[in-house]
Amino acid sequence: MEKILVLLHTTDEGALPKAALETIAAAAALGAYDLGVLGANAAAAAQSVSAGAAAVFAVEGVQFAQSRYATDASAAEAIAKASGAAVIFATGTMRFNRALPGVACRLNGACETHIVAIEPDLKVHRWYYRQRMEATLSRTARPWILLLEPGAFESAPAAPGAAATPVAVTVETRTTVTGYHAPNADQQTIRPDAQLLLVAGAGWTKKQKDGATHTPEAATLILNFVQKTQSSLGSSKSLVDLSGEGQSVLPFLSHLHQVGQTGSSPRHRKGLATCCHGEEPHVVGWRFINDRRAINLDAACGWSRGKADVLYVADSFEVMRELEKLL
Amino acid sequence: MAYQIIVCGGLAPDPLQTLEPVTTPTGPGLKNELMLPNVFDPWAGHALYEAANLAKNQPGSTIKVVSLGPKAKLQQVMMTVAQKLPFELIALDGPGGGFTDAVSVSKALADAIAAIPGFDKSHALIFGGWESATRGAGVVMQMVGERLGITEQFLAVDELTVESDGALVIKERVEGGKHQISKCAAAPAVLAWATGNLPEPPNHPQTGMANMRVMMPALQKAKPTALDAAAITYAQVALPAVTRQTRIVKDVPAAEIAAEIAAWIKQ
Repeated sequence: MEKILVLLHTTDEGALPKAALETIAAAAALGAYDLGVLGANAAAAAQSVSAGAAAVFAVEGVQFAQSRYATDASAAEAIAKASGAAVIFATGTMRFNRALPGVACRLNGACETHIVAIEPDLKVHRWYYRQRMEATLSRTARPWILLLEPGAFESAPAAPGAAATPVAVTVETRTTVTGYHAPNADQQTIRPDAQLLLVAGAGWTKKQKDGATHTPEAATLILNFVQKTQSSLGSSKSLVDLSGEGQSVLPFLSHLHQVGQTGSSPRHRKGLATCCHGEEPHVVGWRFINDRRAINLDAACGWSRGKADVLYVADSFEVMRELEKLL
Repeated sequence: MAYQIIVCGGLAPDPLQTLEPVTTPTGPGLKNELMLPNVFDPWAGHALYEAANLAKNQPGSTIKVVSLGPKAKLQQVMMTVAQKLPFELIALDGPGGGFTDAVSVSKALADAIAAIPGFDKSHALIFGGWESATRGAGVVMQMVGERLGITEQFLAVDELTVESDGALVIKERVEGGKHQISKCAAAPAVLAWATGNLPEPPNHPQTGMANMRVMMPALQKAKPTALDAAAITYAQVALPAVTRQTRIVKDVPAAEIAAEIAAWIKQ
């Protein structure tokens, strides 16, 4: 087996993200590995999970505490060179998705992202055409950086081990991270760790049985459901586009909520679609939802038939009103 | 501040088309790939609309689109895109699709950008989509930036504002529905766009005709570009098994359905 490096980063608070242990488990399944961590409190974080690692490296310091391309890429490059590994397993977070492809270029290697499975002979599985087909592939270029999709692998237990060897890095950058913009906690509707994904379709804004639209009530029902169940909220493209065109639709929806062909394909254990139509482009957003149910007025809807586990042929307004009483 | 905005963007099959993988002598491809209608890649499209908005607000800025794909497909797609806004096309005639090697693509794009007459890196903003709707890897823009020696890079950008001193304030998507806000002192920079905030511009036939007058010669002169077909070995490409046994619950009162869903949520 070729030499493997597990490359991780810490969060701004100095902890390892949840998916870090999944990356370690994926590497451990193939054999011996080195461990490298960059970011705030990297040395301590590395030691907290280094039990199975042959060598441990860390890059830390104020400059590397925040997620930023120039500093992350230089730190990752330095760790990769210190290890000399041919294959680098890394966690597929936004931070590493931004930095590591450039590192592969610096090292004259290659980079694959969104890896969902790895075979013992280093054939990797990933999706193409927005989750519409899955490929199994390999490369001869080295180093080969593999960014593993969070949630796609089992976690390893966190076992402390050897202390990390600090790796010195100097880098200049013109970029300063000034902060984050996030909705207030009570308005937070995107929760990657939630068990349930609720997807709202454009049907919520259409005329109902009485010939009128009921958008304010739709907004209340959806938000109440999301807050009570602590689920994550997704939306179809058509509904998000209506918001973007300045119409008074569901004001809390943005492109960040969009699932599907031109949105995201989130990972949740369960999914409930309401007022959604459309076939293949929509299913793409549900690729990684295991248990799928849909509420839809059309019993023959192509999206639901054969793609959802249960289809409730009913009015979403009525069902959600009743659900609100029960939750 | 006048920028040289260069938008990298490829082609993707129309999202409404059904796609099926097939094996070709050169590796995996799509069934009837040559017949499939194509569109400008959606995220590259957002990058292009943001480029137009920036150019409008920064007088003297120019927009060039660097696109790699089969020449005939490029021409077909550009007939539509050209009606949206004024830009200059730099066409590379080569293979498209998701199964091509991202490393080779990045090299081709970076070489084409570096060869643009009058290219001034100090005023360059390299735009593109954060991922494509084909390969969907999100790696090409970073590699293009590295090859051009630009290490101020941003991924999944939703907003760019230019301050009076020329500093770029950028909002990037991060986990959990949040945005990270960064300030980059000045160009050059690479911005790989997510959806941004702008709607698709309406078609403007006069702009389209003016664009196409310049684009047709550019397409005819499109540089033949070969990619490394041996870089990736595909063992298999397959469609997922999509059919589920859907249980249809019909003619049941809403209260009963709600009770069943509530129990399912709590499981």
